[in-house]
Amino acid sequence: MSRADLAKLAVIGTAAGAFSGLFGVGGGTIIVPLLVLWFGYGEHEATGTSLAAIIVIAAFGVAFHGAYGNVDVGKGLLVGVPAVAGVVIGTGLQQRLSGRTLLLMFAALLVVVAVDLLGGWTS
Amino acid sequence: MDELAAILIGLLGGAVAGLMGVGGGILFVPALVIFLDQSQVHAEATSLLAIIPVAIVGTWRQAGFGNVRLHHAAAIGLLSVLGVLAGTVVANSVPERALEIGFALLSLFIAARLVRRALRWEEPQPRPASASPTTDSSPARRADSGNS
Repeated sequence: MSRADLAKLAVIGTAAGAFSGLFGVGGGTIIVPLLVLWFGYGEHEATGTSLAAIIVIAAFGVAFHGAYGNVDVGKGLLVGVPAVAGVVIGTGLQQRLSGRTLLLMFAALLVVVAVDLLGGWTS
Repeated sequence: MDELAAILIGLLGGAVAGLMGVGGGILFVPALVIFLDQSQVHAEATSLLAIIPVAIVGTWRQAGFGNVRLHHAAAIGLLSVLGVLAGTVVANSVPERALEIGFALLSLFIAARLVRRALRWEEPQPRPASASPTTDSSPARRADSGNS
């Protein structure tokens, strides 16, 4: 791995990590496009490699947020366990079928969530 | 009922994680806030825990398809440590309201990207015969027609 490659990977890791710690996400939104743009990854390779990086990033996040006493293990499992079934479906979909409907549903849901957060209906 | 909603959103978040190569936190966080009564910063922390099994299983599946470059993934993961630390400290220092607004803006940004991606989604096409020079010179019943 060349020094230039290592520098790019450090930028990707740092940016994804900052998003992860700040917003409780994995950082894949940053990792996937940058692997495509800077390293010429194909889409499937970028998503696969991103998921592997996210294991480590999320583990750091849990450790740091855990130090603040913010992590609720029970609720994490309630969401995380069904999500494991979801990811098996999602990776399978990616290899074969159209995910267009899923993406649009997801986008609509995010807009609802954003409006909810901005409007503060739940608080 | 709220638990059921959280489970369903978890399932959907996982599916999108597999499809897009993300952790799914953009759905896990609001699910935890809205249905499981967590504050924004607690939901973010808990979301990161939920992401770990998703990313592990997703990686395992993608590795089976030959889509994981492990040395790059390891480098990104290990080099993320300072970024994660900085993000965590900021998340625990700023007012919850600022965090909510930031998260909402991130959601809108990702929604826009998803719509763009969906609009140019390419269905798997059968390879057009004219586009690529074909090396397939197999007439019907090429093999085993040993007429002796």
